[in-house]
Amino acid sequence: MLKSNVFSKKTRNNKIKKEVREVYLRDDICCGVSSCTTCESPTASSATRLTASTILVVDTNVVLHQIDLLENPAIDDVVVLSVVLDEVKNKNLSVYNRIRALCSNSLRKFYVFANKFHKDTHVEKMEKESPNDLNDRAIRVATQWYQKHLGGATRVLLVTNDRENKRKATEEGIFAETIESYVKSLEQPDLLDLVVQPASVDVNMEDIEDSRPSKRKVIYAEHKPMSEITSGLRHGIYHQGKLRVNRYNPFEAYVGSESIGDEIIIYGRTNMNRAFDGDIVAVELLPQEQWHEEKSLSIADEEEEEEDVHLAPSSADDAPRSTTPVNAADQIPVPSRPSGRVVGIIKRNWHSYCGSLDPMPMPAGSGSIAYALFVSKDRRIPKIRIQTRQLGNLLNKRIVVTVDSWDRQSRYPFGHYVRVIGDIGDRDTESEMVLIENDIDARPFTAQVLACLPPLPWSVSSEDLANPIRIDLRQIRVFSVDPPGCKDIDDALHCTALPNGNYEVGVHIADVTNFVHPGSPLDDEASKRGTSVYLVERRIDMLPKPLTEDICSLRADVERLAFSVIWEMTPEAEIISTRFSKSVIKSCAALSYVEAQARMDDSRLMDPLTTDLRNMNSLAKVMRQRRIERGALTLASAEVKFQIDTETHDPLDIGMYQIREANQMVEEFMLAANVSVAAQILQIFPVCSLLRRHPSPTREMLEPLLLTAAAVGINLDVSSSKALADSLDRAVGDDPYFNKLIRILATRCMTQAVYFCSGDLSPPEFHHYGLAAPLYTHFTSPIRRYADVFVHRLLAASLGIFQLPTIFQDRPQLTSVADNLNYRHRNAQMASRASVELHTLIYFKKRPTDTEARIVKIRSNGFIVFVPKFGIEGPVYLTSKGQKGGGEWYVDEQQQKIIKMDSSLSYSVLQTLRIHMEVVEPQPNRPKLQLTLI
Amino acid sequence: MEFVSPEGLRLDGRRPTEMRQLRAEIGVVSKADGSAMFEMGNTKVIAAVYGPREVQNKGQQINNDHALVRCEYSMANFSTGDRVRKPKGDRRSIEISLVIRQTMEACIMTHLMPRSQIDIFVQVLQADGGTRSACINAATLALADAGIPMCDLVTSCSAGYLNSTPLLDLNYIEDSAGGADVTVGILPTLDKVTLLQMDAKLPTNIFEDVMQLATEGCKAIANYIREMLAENTKQLEFRRDS
Repeated sequence: MLKSNVFSKKTRNNKIKKEVREVYLRDDICCGVSSCTTCESPTASSATRLTASTILVVDTNVVLHQIDLLENPAIDDVVVLSVVLDEVKNKNLSVYNRIRALCSNSLRKFYVFANKFHKDTHVEKMEKESPNDLNDRAIRVATQWYQKHLGGATRVLLVTNDRENKRKATEEGIFAETIESYVKSLEQPDLLDLVVQPASVDVNMEDIEDSRPSKRKVIYAEHKPMSEITSGLRHGIYHQGKLRVNRYNPFEAYVGSESIGDEIIIYGRTNMNRAFDGDIVAVELLPQEQWHEEKSLSIADEEEEEEDVHLAPSSADDAPRSTTPVNAADQIPVPSRPSGRVVGIIKRNWHSYCGSLDPMPMPAGSGSIAYALFVSKDRRIPKIRIQTRQLGNLLNKRIVVTVDSWDRQSRYPFGHYVRVIGDIGDRDTESEMVLIENDIDARPFTAQVLACLPPLPWSVSSEDLANPIRIDLRQIRVFSVDPPGCKDIDDALHCTALPNGNYEVGVHIADVTNFVHPGSPLDDEASKRGTSVYLVERRIDMLPKPLTEDICSLRADVERLAFSVIWEMTPEAEIISTRFSKSVIKSCAALSYVEAQARMDDSRLMDPLTTDLRNMNSLAKVMRQRRIERGALTLASAEVKFQIDTETHDPLDIGMYQIREANQMVEEFMLAANVSVAAQILQIFPVCSLLRRHPSPTREMLEPLLLTAAAVGINLDVSSSKALADSLDRAVGDDPYFNKLIRILATRCMTQAVYFCSGDLSPPEFHHYGLAAPLYTHFTSPIRRYADVFVHRLLAASLGIFQLPTIFQDRPQLTSVADNLNYRHRNAQMASRASVELHTLIYFKKRPTDTEARIVKIRSNGFIVFVPKFGIEGPVYLTSKGQKGGGEWYVDEQQQKIIKMDSSLSYSVLQTLRIHMEVVEPQPNRPKLQLTLI
Repeated sequence: MEFVSPEGLRLDGRRPTEMRQLRAEIGVVSKADGSAMFEMGNTKVIAAVYGPREVQNKGQQINNDHALVRCEYSMANFSTGDRVRKPKGDRRSIEISLVIRQTMEACIMTHLMPRSQIDIFVQVLQADGGTRSACINAATLALADAGIPMCDLVTSCSAGYLNSTPLLDLNYIEDSAGGADVTVGILPTLDKVTLLQMDAKLPTNIFEDVMQLATEGCKAIANYIREMLAENTKQLEFRRDS
């Protein structure tokens, strides 16, 4: 083994420092080619073997810009040099992660050659050579080495888009090609669409622009150079923040800025200045007199965009952002929020988007290059111009597109096609879109993950029974209560009357951590997925099916492993003692909510199981009452349930989800178990517990609720959750649905509860507002939530029966796990909602319906209504689109009323009216639900 | 940060269980009774031993039957990249001096040299991680060069745990990554541990792997030091004969 030292210099923040790093050059690095006999692969990790007669060596610019092409299976047998990887890592981390994933994918033939450390391919910096040239030379040296090493039998091709590098390579006798010419030589025309056009080729594009009436002129202001932005930020002229585009109005965006402690509103694409949703931008404030120039009250203000009918939001995070002036009570319309414009983009958040092409006439010659406009499903994204040779194929498809650039002269950004998802309107395609948009991995589990499963058929072994940490509860009458047809049963209960008049109540949770070991591929996959995702017609599991539906599922009449929380309770539901233990149980019945409810209601039944149910129910009622007295909110959401045709998977009926006493009973005990577990883990692990908190809503967040309530003459006290709960109870109107409507409105003012690591916050912040509990966590659904798996490990460790995995000692990593769980959780919810929306649309396509609706919000040209029966919400326009604002109607802010000028007609908030619902397709491929007043 | 690439190579091209290049020279300070220079990659230290000699400060002598071992560790101002003048006797130096003294005391047969003192001076000429280990190795060589009776050699090596991989002989970048750093000193023939230090935390099972790795590193160093000493003895023999 040859070793040698190399000296390199490195500068660090303004100081010039000489750094000396050793480099050990090796002769044991394998070339990764299967036909090569000289290289002995020392480790199994370099199992990837390149087999083809042509081997590609890719340059950095190819990896950076053509990663979508490389991900296509048509490109294979690629050598990725370590210098290329390093450079990619420095320039774009997300591309680096993608190329790394390719290299580790056993199905693809990508091989990483550590040329830096190979004795023959190591290059030393020459006098006056730039780092770029050095890398280019290293790539050429490595290519040459490969060619020499493999001899004439294999052709080694350098793929580079750097003209200078290609010229030098050809001079040195290396086969070199640009990516375009290589892809052309493969003779697969659809691949060519994946090739990103370098910016210099934009000359062709100008012709296209010219042919349109819009003159080629500068549309957007120039982005300020980075140096100016940094100094501007330092002097407080500019403000930095993440741009978030309004989900319901893509021409309005918000930048949350710490420097002024408020959100800056940005109106219109010109002010947004080519920024995408999620970009980190620098914003300049507009002069104050321009702050209110765009009246935000109208539903839509530019071009053809309009507000859609959508599911009623379930929390403040989902709801359309209200821009109603907060201090509406004042008579002078003072613009309360600053508005600004984007002057520069600090960090782009470009990724791939799914949607479809704007319909356009086919160009004359097929197969020639055509330009098309791509419309994203996500309304926050502007249209994207792409170049394609297969327009005919793509027109009626859902496709994925990536953004490449956006220059000042073009109205739309320029991107390229990545892949086809399927036909427009096809339910499977649309469902897959939902998954892609929400970043949900629905791929089948890999062989490595499945290898972690215990062999089937599985049953409780004698070792499990003999294990001293496991108590044997098989004799106890344990049962489960779940929704009908539930296969992944993760909780079961028991309730035994004790001789002293108290009750022993147990909650038994599937012992998932007995099968999912920390650090295993199965665990990694589950932590990445974070949660199971429930769509209307399918479920995407967090853990493989054998675990969720068989091994862990606490089914009736089979022995299963469980993690139990057992309390001794007085008949008044006071907890006397709590203990936790791993256990073996044998459930005697898997009931559905309906069955359980029927048993409790049927006074003739006196069997032990029914008695247990009744005892539990009475305990649960006491616990629930106590919780409500403590100030827990009874919130309502408009959850709907579909009846799906088993054959066609089309929705047959929609209805509100009915909640029974049995649901509340199970829920109550789950809450209690979660609270007990939270207290236990926090006591033993004060800084590394995973808990769940629900922040109290601020007064601003509750403002829309108060405004609405005041308009109908109800005074809500929001000083505490207790006060709010009480005043919600008092808010009873003329009709039975009124109270529920107010509760629904209250729910959507709240934020969502989030997971967090107990070391990151101080104890008062642990509070769960909605449940009025000082501590809360998730313990009861480890089959479908990863947070619960985590908590199971913490609980086991707190009992001393399981070693705490190392990740708990690493606070940043723990925080990132919690963040990922929140992200996945939120995405799963968004996906479920999107799936329901999709099915609602399919449902109403065939059935235009007249129904009752309630007004929930007044706008200047109409109002937003909520349809209780179907749980959806959408705009009803009083004036047609052309006449802005109408002039015919005016809005009474305080009364929350919209009144016709001649006072002949008026509509006020929460009023009931009848509407007609129908699916219309104003733009092709964008069907939407339209609500009209009858 | 990625300290071990998926290809199994570290930042400097080593594999996880490989040590840096060792180099040693005996007799570099001719005035001293024994001296040695020891290099582990870019870490370079020099050790000089004076004694056994009469106790200079009688007050320091606690035990009359045993020799007094003193040790002074220092870093040259130029040993790190930036030239900062460090005050002599800072906490870190005092700690390392103590560590080295205790480690060496364990193998020196002090009872053979009552009422005498042995001074060990180690200085870091160039620091690139693992200075503690390099100092101990240099001191062993210097003591042997001075002809001081020892029951065994003492050798030391460090190991760490980054990217879920145990790594042998950390260099400066790996050392400052914030992972655990285990320094082990052993008596290779007697197979005993005389020094065990760790900063940061590790679960016990992983710690055992890391310590095992470090111990193996110590043994490899012991072999190298024995070779060096044998070579040195041969040369001495040759010089005497000629």
